[in-house]
Amino acid sequence: MIATIACQNLFHDKLRLVVTLTGIVFSVVLITIQVGLFLGFTITISSVIDHSGADVWVTSPGVKNFDIALPLKESKYYDTLSVPGVASASKFITQFANWKRPDGGQESIQIVGFEPAKGMGGPWGMVVGSTDLLDLRDGIIPDQLYVDKLGVPRQGEVVEINDKRARVVGFTRGIRSFTTSPFVFASLDTAWRVSNLKPGEFTYILVKADKGVSPEALRDAIRANVQDVDAYTTPEFSWKTQQYWMFNTGAGAGILIAAFLGMVVGTVIVAQTLYATTLDHISEFATLKAMGAPNSYIYSILLAQASLSAVLGYGFGIAISIMVSRFSDFSATAIVIPPLLAGGMFFLTLFMCIGSALISIRKVMTLDPILVFKGR
Amino acid sequence: MTEKIAIELRDISKAYGPEGNQEYALRNATLNVVQGEVLMLMGPSGSGKTTLLSIMGCILKPTSGSLSVAGRDISGLSQQALSKIRLDNIGYIFQEYNLFPTLNVLENVMVALDLRGYSRSQARETAMATLTDVGLDDKAAVKPATMSGGQKQRLAIARALAGSPKVILADEPTAALDSVNGQQVMDLMHSLAKRGDRAVVVVTHDPRTVDFADRIVTIEDGQLYPQPHNGAKAPERKS
Repeated sequence: MIATIACQNLFHDKLRLVVTLTGIVFSVVLITIQVGLFLGFTITISSVIDHSGADVWVTSPGVKNFDIALPLKESKYYDTLSVPGVASASKFITQFANWKRPDGGQESIQIVGFEPAKGMGGPWGMVVGSTDLLDLRDGIIPDQLYVDKLGVPRQGEVVEINDKRARVVGFTRGIRSFTTSPFVFASLDTAWRVSNLKPGEFTYILVKADKGVSPEALRDAIRANVQDVDAYTTPEFSWKTQQYWMFNTGAGAGILIAAFLGMVVGTVIVAQTLYATTLDHISEFATLKAMGAPNSYIYSILLAQASLSAVLGYGFGIAISIMVSRFSDFSATAIVIPPLLAGGMFFLTLFMCIGSALISIRKVMTLDPILVFKGR
Repeated sequence: MTEKIAIELRDISKAYGPEGNQEYALRNATLNVVQGEVLMLMGPSGSGKTTLLSIMGCILKPTSGSLSVAGRDISGLSQQALSKIRLDNIGYIFQEYNLFPTLNVLENVMVALDLRGYSRSQARETAMATLTDVGLDDKAAVKPATMSGGQKQRLAIARALAGSPKVILADEPTAALDSVNGQQVMDLMHSLAKRGDRAVVVVTHDPRTVDFADRIVTIEDGQLYPQPHNGAKAPERKS
C-alpha cells in the first residue's frame, strides 16, 4: 500500500508532478552534460598523445603540456636512439600556425608533423584519403568537423599555412582540438616547411620500447642517459596535459562548478515541490498517525515518492542527455557519457531526491495527530 | 453477565497554557465505556468534548489522572506505544471524513488493514467484506470525491471498522450530513456496534442522534454530567 499511496500522491496533482520532474530533469541534464563536457574536454586534450602509439614521450625540459612545446635539438634524437631498450624513435612536431582559407579568411591551426613511415603520432579515423598521401610534398589532413571553419569542403583544396602552399589530401573524423585551433596532420617534411621551426628542429621524440622493456623502465633509462630533456610514459604525459588545461587554467573547475550548481538547484527545486506535496497531504498524514501508523510507515511513503520522482526524472533526464551527446558527435565539442557516468547519475539523482525528502520527513516527524480533529 | 470495560477514565484533567496561568479543558473526568454500548458525549462548542475524545483515543495525553484502554493502563506510555494501542484497539470517524482523496474506496479501507499487517490479498478481501457491510461494495473502484457526504461517512465507518477494533471514536459524524443521511449513518454505527460488541463513543451536538445512544454524558466547562437514561434531556445547571 505504501507504493500505491506514494504513486497516487504523486500522480494526483499532475501539474505539481510536472514541476517536480522538470526540476529533476533540469538537474540531471545539467550535471550529466557538464560532467560529459568535462570528460569530453579531458579526452580531447590528450587525444593525440593517447593515439600516438608511442611508449615514451621525450620533451624539452619544463614542458607543461602537449600544445605549448619548445624545440629540441637533433642531437637529442640520436642520444635517445642510443638508449638501451629503445626499439624505434620518431621526431614529432606540434606548432600553432596561420591558415589562410581558399576564400581569403584567416584561422589559427595546430600543425602536427610526424614520420608516417615510423607508425607513431599519426592521425586516426581516416574517412577520406590516406596517410600515404602525406608523402606528397604539400599534403595535409584536417578533420571533417572543421571543414566549415577551415573552408575546405573537399579533398584537393589548396590553402596556405604560414603563407606556404598546402593541399588537402584526406580527412579524419572525430579528431577534436581543445584549443580553438584544429589539428592539421602533415608529414615531418611538410610540417617543417609550413611551420616556423628551423629545418631539423622538432618538439617531441616519440619512442617505442623493445619487447620486454616496460615504458617506465625505458623512461627511467632515457632520463638517466639523455641530458636536458624530460621523459614521460604516454599515460603520464597525457595526464600532465589534461591536468594543465583542466585544473591549472581553471577551465575544468568552471565546468565542475556548473555541474555542482546544477545539483544544488535541482535539489532545491525537488525539495520545494516534495515539501509542497507533503503539505498538500498533511491532513492525510495526520490521519494515518491518528490511526496508529508508525512514523516509519509515513517516512516510507515520502521516500517512495522521492524515489519514484528520482526514477522518472532520471529516465527523462538521461535520455535527453544521451540525445545531446549524440548530437555533439557532429560538433567540435565532445560530450562523453560513458556507462559509469550514466549509472552514477542514477544514484546521484536518487541521493538528491531522498535528501530533498528529508525536509518533508522532518515536517511529518513533528506532526501532531490531534490535527485530525476539526477545531483543534 | 459482566460488562467488559473498553475505556476507563479516572480523574482525568487536561490543562493548556503555562504553569500558573493554566486553563482547564477537562476537570477530574471519570467515566467507563463498556463494550457493546453507544455512548454519546454532548455539549456546547468549547465544552471539552473533543479534548475528551482525543484523550480516550490516546492522541492527547492528560495532565493528570489515569486512562485504561482495553484493560491496559496507558499512563506513561511512549508515543510509539500509544500508536500501537491506537492501531490495535481504536477506529476513528471524523466530522470531515479525513479520507485519502488520491486513493479509491477500496484502497481507503485497505490502508487501515495494511497498517495492521494484513497481506495485500487479505486486505483486499477483508476490505471488500467491510464495504459490503456498509453498502459500498459497488463503489470500490471510485474516488471519494465523486461520492455524496453520506457515502463518504459510510466509507469512513468502513475504514474505522477494518481490523475489528474494540473501540470506535466518532467526532461529530453527522455534522456535515442532512437528516436522512445522518440517520442512516447513526443507524449503521449503532448496528455495527451491537454486532461487533464494540464500544462506540460519539461526540455530537446533533439532537437528531440521541435516539441511537445507550447512554448520554453531557460535558460543560470541562466537567462530565452523566444523564440518567437514553434520550433524557440534560438537567438544568447553575451557570
